[in-house]
Amino acid sequence: MSIGKRFVSGALGAALFAAAALSGTAHAFEPVKPIDFIIMAGKGGGADKMARLMQSIVEKENLASRPLVPVNKPGGSGAEALVAMKNASDPDHTIMVTLNSFFTTPLRQPGLEVDIMAFAPVGRMAEDTFLLWVHKDTGITSFEQFLDEAKSRGRGWVMGGTGKNSEDNIITDYLNANYGLEIKYVPYKGGGEVAKQLAGQQITSSVNNPSEALGFYEAGTVVPLVAFTNERLPLFPDVPTLNEVGGDFAYFMQRSVVGAPGMSDAALAYYTSLFEKAYNTADWQKYKTDKSLMGDFMAGADLKAYWQTQRDRHQNILKASGAIN
Amino acid sequence: MRRAEIITAALLGLMSVYFMWKSGEPPAWNPDAPRFQNIWIVLDEGPGSGFWPFWLSLVMLGCCVWIAVNWYRRQSPPSQSEEPFLDSFGIRQLLLVGGGLFGFLVLIHILGFYGAIFVFLLYYIRLLGRHSIKSTLAISSAVPVIGFFFFDVAMRIILPKGYLEPLFIPLYDIFL
Amino acid sequence: MDILFALLDGFWVALQPVNLGLAIIGVVVGLFVGAMPGLGSVNGVAILLPFTFVIQQITGSATSPMIFLAAIYYGAMYGGAISSITLGVPGASTAVATTFDGRPMALNGQADRALVTAAIASFVGGTVSNVLFTLFAPPLASVALQFGDPEIFALMLLAFATFIGLGGDDIPKTLFSICFGLVLATVGFDIVSGEPRLIFFDITGFTHGIRFLVLAIGVYGIGEMIWTINETRYRESMTAVNFTPSRLMAATRRFADAWKGTLIGSFLGFFVGILPAAGATPGSLMAYGVTKMVSRNPRSFGKGNVDGVAAPEAANNSASTGAMLPMMTLGIPGSPTTAVLLAGMVIWGLQPGPLLFTEQPDFVWPLIGSFYISNVVAVLVNLAFIPVFLWMLRMPFTILAPLIFVLSLVGTYAAYQNMFDVWLMVLFGLGAFFLRLLDYPLAPAVLAIVLGPIAEPKLRQSLLFSDGDFSIFLTRPIAGPITVIAIILILLPLFAKIRRMIRERRTEQV
Repeated sequence: MSIGKRFVSGALGAALFAAAALSGTAHAFEPVKPIDFIIMAGKGGGADKMARLMQSIVEKENLASRPLVPVNKPGGSGAEALVAMKNASDPDHTIMVTLNSFFTTPLRQPGLEVDIMAFAPVGRMAEDTFLLWVHKDTGITSFEQFLDEAKSRGRGWVMGGTGKNSEDNIITDYLNANYGLEIKYVPYKGGGEVAKQLAGQQITSSVNNPSEALGFYEAGTVVPLVAFTNERLPLFPDVPTLNEVGGDFAYFMQRSVVGAPGMSDAALAYYTSLFEKAYNTADWQKYKTDKSLMGDFMAGADLKAYWQTQRDRHQNILKASGAIN
Repeated sequence: MRRAEIITAALLGLMSVYFMWKSGEPPAWNPDAPRFQNIWIVLDEGPGSGFWPFWLSLVMLGCCVWIAVNWYRRQSPPSQSEEPFLDSFGIRQLLLVGGGLFGFLVLIHILGFYGAIFVFLLYYIRLLGRHSIKSTLAISSAVPVIGFFFFDVAMRIILPKGYLEPLFIPLYDIFL
Repeated sequence: MDILFALLDGFWVALQPVNLGLAIIGVVVGLFVGAMPGLGSVNGVAILLPFTFVIQQITGSATSPMIFLAAIYYGAMYGGAISSITLGVPGASTAVATTFDGRPMALNGQADRALVTAAIASFVGGTVSNVLFTLFAPPLASVALQFGDPEIFALMLLAFATFIGLGGDDIPKTLFSICFGLVLATVGFDIVSGEPRLIFFDITGFTHGIRFLVLAIGVYGIGEMIWTINETRYRESMTAVNFTPSRLMAATRRFADAWKGTLIGSFLGFFVGILPAAGATPGSLMAYGVTKMVSRNPRSFGKGNVDGVAAPEAANNSASTGAMLPMMTLGIPGSPTTAVLLAGMVIWGLQPGPLLFTEQPDFVWPLIGSFYISNVVAVLVNLAFIPVFLWMLRMPFTILAPLIFVLSLVGTYAAYQNMFDVWLMVLFGLGAFFLRLLDYPLAPAVLAIVLGPIAEPKLRQSLLFSDGDFSIFLTRPIAGPITVIAIILILLPLFAKIRRMIRERRTEQV
């Protein structure tokens, strides 16, 4: 019976506390309950790893007064996560880690009625980079050789990727359209699996993030040919960018944290400063260098402007490839 | 039992047809594309998105027809049985237990998990199980408390609280 | 010899008091997380990942946190069997096959024997795969790389072939159940075309697909439970077990009866586990199917055969070690749990991949050593807790039943943090109850929803490679033989049936 009694007295105290907590939110915002930290992808994927790293850093450095609780919502290439954000019952305690499906999914599934510009711009933590990889046994060492070989094999050249209209598919379409190639694109469940398929020579090339292919690269199994960035990556100083070999294309994957639509300004300011602190920790900076990530911290109006340009760019790309009308 | 067998087969057959219809749906961004163009090999894409579900649903439909034939020839045990599908005890229990579960689900949206668990256990153990008030109360209040410490505190899986949310804020203060 | 010394060295590190203590705590945590329906090793490992940073800061090495996580992984694998046997609700996807015979054993008053068999079989499975892992890790990694899409699809076909006999005698109902599971597995998002599909009635909840546990908990936690209430009319449904130490000892001695299932599970589990994309669940299902096929008494399966408990349990533990192999040597996780472990290793500054064994031996060998140690700890802790779990069976059914309902609902929510899935689970459960009354076997549907999401993309990726030519499954050196064996296994019962029919005709004519 003592449990019941404690329950009642706890409830009474709770009501008083709640009243005090609610009146206190007007100025400096502090989360009063665990924060829903939605991940737009499944457990174990690149986005998930990064989100769990952020959560770990916040926990380790004691940055937030309430825990971030990761919730994976991988459905519909992010559609499930976007809808959950749009309908969040408590936008001040709901944030999400995004990737580029943040731009493409609302374009591809207009029925969701998600307007990404209504989301709260908490902060951009990094931009992931892409490289073109082949297996060492092909003997290819330069982008020109790749073009010759891929051209001569036609549809026999197979590019592995992470899903129709995902980031690597966009790059593959670019290569096909601009270099007269007919690369066949085969989608797999995640970047890690793509890297493995390349190492086992089940596919002939891939467009992996450095973090996914690094193990095989260090073992010498796979060879990077070209980076889809504006400048050479510090981790791969000998790998030219596509611009250097005559192309004109750079493509990044954003890793941003966004708040649910309707988040209060005070809460947004709180989360922005929280993730800025996380961004500046030694752990995050080390991870960025190790995995060859780019992009500075960006928040507020800047981040919104960045979203606008990215959204427009993806709209053009998807239109060009016939993925949307 | 015999009637239930054929009604179920018919309903499952209907469901299979719906699955087939749904499998052939055109993509969301291009609703004007013709239906069923994705159920065989699509150029440059291999088998389309409807390939696997469509043909398997067709097999399901075939199975329902097969079950109906067995029913007509009285070959499966349920189609020979003259017993009622559910006797009065079965119907009563189904309504009490199934209804209880639906009540539980609805309550989760209002009182959150912990409140709903308390009410559901109270209902089940006291009204269906006819146990003493003392043990009923002990179990139905112990389970939510243990649950809170296991899920919210130890596992950091925050279960929905419904309208009881404000009551938990001081608990978060102490334990999280 | 080098391996032996490295391993002994590894044992020494793993046996340091701190690491041993972490292993024990990890196993106990894992045991309870795994025993909770809906929660499996992946939840335990993911949730405690941030905590490992604290461990790393205190001990100063990456080995201790990894040992902790590996112990949770092992503990959860053991724990999954507990709710499968005592409650009849699979504790995790890896323990579904354990319910097939574990639950009937509990109903026959042999719960203690089932739990002991599960624990020891898990131990044997874990140890066999540890030895295989220690000796053959690098060469096996290159074998795993040879498995492309057609090979994995052929393997899935083989898995189905081993399950042909799993359903009842009613062929159309069994076939319906398999296809139903396979179709449900395709609901949600299709990676190959980049489209959502089969979003029934355009409900957003379907966009993430119908998860395996939603169907499994619905069928076993709700459907089977209501069916039991209807059958037994609340009379004592399980024979109470008196747990005396001597009974437990007797059960331990009789473990030898399950040698066949344990052996099959240990080896098969390991080889399925090392293949990326497969993981422990298909491994345990296949082990069950194969054990039933080679058994002298296949009819007793599903009615409480100890081999039927030993095989999947040996296999899921063996496979969970096996799944570490591609994770460590290739950097490719074979299961969601190893994916989270991989994330952990990356965060601690390790780079899993082909060079891990040569560049980080002081990490790898203590870890492998700790696999052995965790396994011993896990079996001891598990045996020690068996009386506690048996105690649950002594509860009156009118208290146990509502508690199982509560666990089913909470477990489903905890697994996916989504109310839609909870509603869907209850609906599946009620549907399963009606189908159960009409003799529809539902285990095939549960299996199909596990294998479907692996089989379908592999089929389509293969056909994408071959431009729609189905012969790709027969012409490749590894895929070919597997496909042929699978087709023979599928056709065998059919031939037997036809032959029997012809013979009956003849005798009629005579």
